[in-house]
Parts: sequence; structure tokens; C-alpha cells
Amino acid sequence: MALQNLRELTPIFKEGFGLTLRVAKFFCSLHVINSYLCTFALSQGPSMLPTFNLTGNLVLAERLSTRLGQAGKGDVVLIRSPREPRKVVIKRIVGMEGDTVSYVNSDSKNADGKEATIVVPKGHIWIEGDNKSLSRDSRLFGPVPYGLLEGRVFWVMWPPEDFGSVGKKST
Amino acid sequence: MGTGNFLWNLSKNYFTFGLIGLTVSDRYFSIVSVQGTSMSPTFNSHVDNSKRPLTDDRVLVEKFCLEKYKFFHGDVVVFCSPTNHREKHVKRITGLPGDWISAPHNYDVIVVPEGHCWVEGDNSALSFDSRSIGPIPLGLIRGRVTHIVWPPNRVGKVHRTISQERLPF
Repeated sequence: MALQNLRELTPIFKEGFGLTLRVAKFFCSLHVINSYLCTFALSQGPSMLPTFNLTGNLVLAERLSTRLGQAGKGDVVLIRSPREPRKVVIKRIVGMEGDTVSYVNSDSKNADGKEATIVVPKGHIWIEGDNKSLSRDSRLFGPVPYGLLEGRVFWVMWPPEDFGSVGKKST
Repeated sequence: MGTGNFLWNLSKNYFTFGLIGLTVSDRYFSIVSVQGTSMSPTFNSHVDNSKRPLTDDRVLVEKFCLEKYKFFHGDVVVFCSPTNHREKHVKRITGLPGDWISAPHNYDVIVVPEGHCWVEGDNSALSFDSRSIGPIPLGLIRGRVTHIVWPPNRVGKVHRTISQERLPF
């Protein structure tokens, strides 16, 4: 009797297993595409004016060039904030390792308006926002390790009037 | 026809397996092998340091801690090297944001900045760590080591210990 029941239940188990596998496959594909190909991000705040506007842009970022070490000077990138590891910020790469960068210290405590020059150390990059007066970036916390990069922003999706590619810009 | 179908099914299965494996290793658990003796005696402990080890220790790394970036003193973590993003290192956290650490070379006392941590190897004589490269951002951490899974005679939990002399002030 029990064996009979089991035999009747087998197709149901099989179907359930197949369904679970399909759902798992779907979410795994989503994860792989999101973390190895491209991802959406929301820009916030004034630090990247005029490239991105104040109210926030929905942007598309690709992960390949940062994973392969191809991100270079002038690229707009997603980077994990060195001060708050839970936040991801959008900035522009101004210098790669070995580059000489001149900047005015933006630290409010000892802002003396003097220009300082630094050579970006090995494995680090120098990031700055496009809006120099309202951006907390490398001028405040120094060069950041390349390993914090999360992606390269290449397309604005929203709002529709800004729809288009985001290019390199040399500063 | 039959062979083509078989090959197609086989590659489909491999693809599915790879997809699931990649997701699990990115989000939940992965296994990495520890190279070098910088974490001896916790990993790769060998009586004779001059001889190359027969097998490297393989360890289980959990990734759940990456959701909150909450770490404790004594956690063993895997992180991306700040000087070369292709390299990963395994070290123990000895200082968290706000801690005072005595720098070893000049007897200076420095404070670990916000969002950073101080990492050191257990084998302080043979370790390239925060004592030479300074505090590292928590964002570089890629996982927390919980267990040793290989070789069989060393299987066990990795404890959250911290030596007394290196406790922060």
C-alpha cells in the first residue's frame, strides 16, 4: 500500500524538482549577468554635476573592463566607498598608478587652498567627482585601491532627455 | 543525430552546473587554498619552514558577512590586495575603525580610519600586511574564513582568537 502511494507520488516529486531547478537557474543567471556583465545603478547627489543631474539618473554599468583591469583614465566608474563599505559611489578616474596628480585639498578642517602634488601609488587610482566643489573623493581620502572598483558606467537610461552614452573625459 | 543531442544535453548540464556553482561561490560559500606561511600556525603550519609543504591548506570562506560588512576582532578574512587587485590575501583582523594601533617601526600610535581595518598575519615574522601597507578599506574584503576542509588531519573550525600582546588599546 505504502509502495503504491510512493509510486503515485513520484511524478509529483519529479515535477516539483524540475520547477525548483528552473527557478534556481533563472536566479543564478540573473546573478551572473548582474555581477559579471552589467548592472544598473542610481546616481545620487551633486558630486557628478554636470554629467549626471541632481535628481538622479539611472545608469548602466558594465563589469568586464574593471574585472579585466581595463578601466582607465577618464572613465566614469562605480566604486565602493573606502569610508563606508556598504555604499557604492560614482566618480571619474583622474589618475592611474604612477600618474602625477595635482589637487587642492578639499578637507574642510585644513583647507588652505594650496595645491598639492602626489604620485598615485602602485595598484591605486585617483578618483574625483566632476563637480569639484561638492564632491568627497580622493582629494579628501587619498588614492583608493583598484580592487574597490565595481564597474564602468557607459550609458544613461533615465531620464529620457539624458538618454545616451557616457564617454571618457580628460580633465 | 544521437551524438549531437547527447553533446547538447551534456553542455547544457555543464552550463547549468557552472551557473549555480558561480552563484553559490559568489554569494554563499567558496573554497580557497592558502599559500605561504604568513598565517602559520593557523594555516600551513609546518615544523620545518625551509621545506615546501606537501599540500596547502584548503579553507571554507563564507560570504554572508559581505551584506553588512560587519567584522569582529580576530576574524580571519580573505581580501583583495590593495597593491595588486588580482591577488588575494588571507590575514587576521586585529584592528577595526577607531582602534589605536602601535606602528611597529617607529613606535608611533595611529588610529584606524573610518571604514578601514588593520590586518596582520599570525606569523608576524613572515607576513606582508598592514604593518607595511597600512590600514586597508573594508570594501576590499571578499569573505571570512570559517573552517579548514583539507587536508583531513587538519579539518576543523578556525577560531576567532587574538594574541594578548597585540590587543588594541
